[in-house]
Amino acid sequence: MVLGRSFEDMCAQMYYRGKMFGFVHLYNGQEAVSTGFVKCLKPEDYVCSTYRDHVHALSKGVPARAVMSELFGKATGICRGQGGSMHMFSKEHGLLGGFAFIGEGIPVATGAAFKTKYEREVLKNDKADAVTVAFFGDGTCNNGQFFECLNMAALWKLPIIFVVENNLWAIGMSHYRATSVPEIWKKGPAFGMPGIHVDGMDVLKVREVALEAVARARRGDGPTLVECETYRFRGHSLADPDELRKPAEKAHYAARDPIIALKKYLLESGLVDETDLRSIDKKIDEIVEDAVEFADASPLPPRSQLLENVFADPKGFGIGPDGKYRCEDPAFTAGTAQV
Amino acid sequence: MQSPSSLRSFCAAAKEMTVRDALNSAIDEEMSADSKVYLMGEEVGEYQGAYKISKGLLQKFGPDRVLDTPITEAGFTGIGVGSAFYGLKPIVEFMTFNFAMQAIDHIINSAAKTNYMSAGQISVPIVFRGPNGAAAGVAAQHSQCFAAWYGSCPGLKVLSPYSAEDARGLLKAAIRDPDPVVFLENEILYGEAFPVSAEVLDPSFVLPIGKAKIEREGTDVTVTAFSKMVGYALKAAEILEKEGINVEVINLRSIRPLDRATINQSVRKTNRLVTVEEGWPQHGIGAEICTSVVEESFDYLDAPVERITGADVPMPYAANLERMAVPQIEDIVRAVKRACSRSARGK
Repeated sequence: MVLGRSFEDMCAQMYYRGKMFGFVHLYNGQEAVSTGFVKCLKPEDYVCSTYRDHVHALSKGVPARAVMSELFGKATGICRGQGGSMHMFSKEHGLLGGFAFIGEGIPVATGAAFKTKYEREVLKNDKADAVTVAFFGDGTCNNGQFFECLNMAALWKLPIIFVVENNLWAIGMSHYRATSVPEIWKKGPAFGMPGIHVDGMDVLKVREVALEAVARARRGDGPTLVECETYRFRGHSLADPDELRKPAEKAHYAARDPIIALKKYLLESGLVDETDLRSIDKKIDEIVEDAVEFADASPLPPRSQLLENVFADPKGFGIGPDGKYRCEDPAFTAGTAQV
Repeated sequence: MQSPSSLRSFCAAAKEMTVRDALNSAIDEEMSADSKVYLMGEEVGEYQGAYKISKGLLQKFGPDRVLDTPITEAGFTGIGVGSAFYGLKPIVEFMTFNFAMQAIDHIINSAAKTNYMSAGQISVPIVFRGPNGAAAGVAAQHSQCFAAWYGSCPGLKVLSPYSAEDARGLLKAAIRDPDPVVFLENEILYGEAFPVSAEVLDPSFVLPIGKAKIEREGTDVTVTAFSKMVGYALKAAEILEKEGINVEVINLRSIRPLDRATINQSVRKTNRLVTVEEGWPQHGIGAEICTSVVEESFDYLDAPVERITGADVPMPYAANLERMAVPQIEDIVRAVKRACSRSARGK
């Protein structure tokens, strides 16, 4: 959580210094949700996010250096600078993205869960039990794709957890102005899955709910919808003047800062002392500073990268590696051709 | 250099096969060969396919691999894309490509762009297929041709078969291809039978993606077409032959990548070009082909390029109006004559 907060604060600094550009959406205040869920997962599990994806990437294990470089648009970024803030993908870490359109990630995440089920049932791989967690916001919960996926996930009993990070605001649109039934967790049972509401500012409560939902999915009992009540301390993006939210509301949630709350709990229960916490803070600061230095020192992508990776196979199937048409291989009708 | 595959289909063909059976057999064989391939869409299972393309597949492969979906194009297309991110090979059937507009966000944003956005980490080996273009009397919302829209998008491969050989070879190639492929079929062609050779029937048969086929060789004018219009162009060519005009007909097969080499080579031989398509004129396939030829073979043109397209209107319902809204054989004949009668040097 501390890594997430320090990282995002550094992003703001870098943005205002011109090192980062475009649309940047920071996660400050919501750290408990990402940490609470992602730290319950195995490395093979999948996480699918939205444009507010820096901290989901960090929680899932993507190195801070790779994320910072990606934000600076450098060739050493997790996507070699081709994705940017809103499009973080990591095959190695099971991070499915990074989507700009709200609701777009939900069907993709449902597809990854479908893949797990397919592996078990069709490919007969008993060890396939990867669970998928889809993160999205309150605004998305009015979008058609959300409901389409709740339906299909429950219908086909897919191992997925739908995590709503309800921070009450979709840019400047209050959740209550946009939604006929504001209790999002109620929409789960309408589709045949449990709907849970949890205090998203308390990482231990989130973790408790997460452990149960993940275990449920892994057992094969199907999806869960979890609504986390949370808040973003900054604007929707770094370009958002954030004028519509009332100071009283912001103060209320600032007082429930998940990091401060956890620190207090740890100190009071005697699990750590002040020096331990300070050394964690120091370590995190070093990681973030190092990430910035690394990103600064990294090269921009070479010009040749512009046209790369449009296709996995640019020539298109049907043309073999030697440049000849595969169907001209004389072994074709003998059934021994290499395809 | 002529593609030998264009000669192959004229060899002693013992069998005829409909486009429907060609598609069915292609999907069947690919699903048998690779258990990661699966089919999903509306009515593909118990109904045996809205147009019976997937007939028998549910019985053969079971409901885990032939999935009847609810009517949720955006949702199930996204699910297909997400499952392809990590190695499954879905075939997503759209009842018509008009319905795919509800899923076009996923076709473009999650499928086409992902390999690029992830810098090569995640490729999307998915096929989106279904009927495209006008049918008969199905009116404006069921008749649009999407070749030009998908054809302009980097990250997609776009194919459009004409014959049974095309259907088999291109669909098999599309399923095996590691990138997203938009496969534009034609409802009217489903029932049409074509001769097929032994090679075409072989389970390993594939056609190259990105290569056009010279369906009919000629010397006086090049006519490009895809899908149903290839048939019309061939019939127009027969009519024109009697009037002494020798037409070369190119079956594009691949909208993206477009086989500019074959088209330009042909125009350099014939010096005249007529493009035929069913879709709307502005920013259409013909516009792109015309520009390609102007860019690469301008000095070889003896006449301006003629473009035959669908009318610039949403498709009307009345049968006589519909007939006027799409190119007919007479229109192709007329345009070819026009292209041949204009001359820079009095040919």
